[in-house]
Amino acid sequence: MHLVCQRCKKARATVHITDTFPQKREWHLCEECAGEEGIIRKQEDEAFLEKTQSTTALLQEFLKHKSAGSKLDNVTCEHCGITFREFKQQGLLGCPQDYTTFREMLTALVERAHEGATQHVGKVPVRADTTTQKRLTLTRLRRELQEALKCENYELAARVRDQISELESV
Amino acid sequence: MKLGDFTRMTGEWLRGEGPLADVVVSTRVRLARNLAGYPFLTRASDSERTEIYRILSERIAACPFGRDAVLVDLEEADALDRELLVERHLISKQHAEGAGSRGVTISAGETMALMLNEEDHLRIQGLSCGMQVEEVWREADRIDSELGAHLDFAFDCQFGFLTACPTNVGTGIRVSVMLHLPALKLTQEIERILRAARDMHLAIRGLYGEGTEAAGDFFQISNQTSLGKTEAELARSFVDSIVPRIVEYERVARTALARTRGQQLDDKIWRAYGTLAQARMISTEETQALLSPLRMGICMDRFHELDLPRLNEIFLLTQPAHLQKVLDKSLDGQARAAARADFIRSRLES
Ligand SMILES: [Zn+2]
Ligand SMILES: [Zn+2]
Repeated sequence: MHLVCQRCKKARATVHITDTFPQKREWHLCEECAGEEGIIRKQEDEAFLEKTQSTTALLQEFLKHKSAGSKLDNVTCEHCGITFREFKQQGLLGCPQDYTTFREMLTALVERAHEGATQHVGKVPVRADTTTQKRLTLTRLRRELQEALKCENYELAARVRDQISELESV
Repeated sequence: MKLGDFTRMTGEWLRGEGPLADVVVSTRVRLARNLAGYPFLTRASDSERTEIYRILSERIAACPFGRDAVLVDLEEADALDRELLVERHLISKQHAEGAGSRGVTISAGETMALMLNEEDHLRIQGLSCGMQVEEVWREADRIDSELGAHLDFAFDCQFGFLTACPTNVGTGIRVSVMLHLPALKLTQEIERILRAARDMHLAIRGLYGEGTEAAGDFFQISNQTSLGKTEAELARSFVDSIVPRIVEYERVARTALARTRGQQLDDKIWRAYGTLAQARMISTEETQALLSPLRMGICMDRFHELDLPRLNEIFLLTQPAHLQKVLDKSLDGQARAAARADFIRSRLES
């Protein structure tokens, strides 16, 4: 024996949901009526909702477990005097130079915090020196090349490749 | 412009207009920057801190944006004024409660607020109503370029723009949208949606941003990843998928509520209105909780006693600091609850 749709009272109820407003009650609907009520739509999108299971590892957690008591803790920035241990305790760095001093440790941490990314690809400061400009333009172009190849846009890929070799020869 | 004048204006982002305004209350985009050659603020001496403040405020005042903007020295400002700026979403709670040389430069229409010496030396924030991520980002980016033409920001070929906290490096961008999701809350689907958002590396916060719980029906959703993608890509991910998706869920939930439980919905809206129109004492939290169904009712074209700008004005002006500014007197909890109820009644009668 099967349930009959509570809405049209004809078709077989295949969608079962529990409602909570204004009071708790169960709903049993057929496919069509559920669609009318805006329910089916949500179930189709379930794939979207449950797609990503990985969660961002929290900075603090990472810091606690990954490098607890390591001898890297005593590495000190000669500009601001902060040790890596102090950074781990407060979560904030002491000066821009720390990114150079602690580069290796920070790269691992940044990778966790930024979905695996370890290389900046965004804006370059207007006043950055020409070496920086060139280096980051190349990074950006190589990324565009990969994208173009992935999308099988070979015309674009060829154009980007030309730009890269032109810039590399300067 | 004096701070008191702010209470007579309603911030741009509260106008209640803009794309997807039935669900998206406001958009904000911030860029974090630090001056090269200076320590981050945790390690800066008082004199370095003051120097950073001076360099930044002078540079801001000199660029085209700065001409119509007002600089508020937060070290000088009293606690009520600082609280007022938090309530208007122009500064963070952290910035209000901080210590030492710090400030905020606010543009005429309150569409830009530059925090000086918050966690980073400079945080450029763009604000607008509705869903306008790319527009707001472009505006913040323009100011960043104006300032960056004269200032050297700390930058690294690998890590990009360097920030005090490594979670902000790279672009230094954070995109946040304030969503009003009463129907998803009523149908208890909200947890599922928020869990999915968290799984997509998005942060969920409350009405007043960082460090505030997501309470009531308002949720601030923002990116946590700022490295490895361009600013445009990060902005686009909000415009193309994240926000429209959630907006669609909320709309579907509202439509379903209206169709199946219209009477109960109207009952909820009118009871909220009744309480607001009759209460003799009311807290900020209760005010906001009751304004929420009214906002939904207005957006669903079921409730016409108020429009969005008037509702937003009540929302803004009934917060503790605003209320005391508007009434021009200092009030403690009990007196404030009574004054708030009187204020709301007078606004609803007019
Ligand atoms: Zn049916
Ligand atoms: Zn340092």
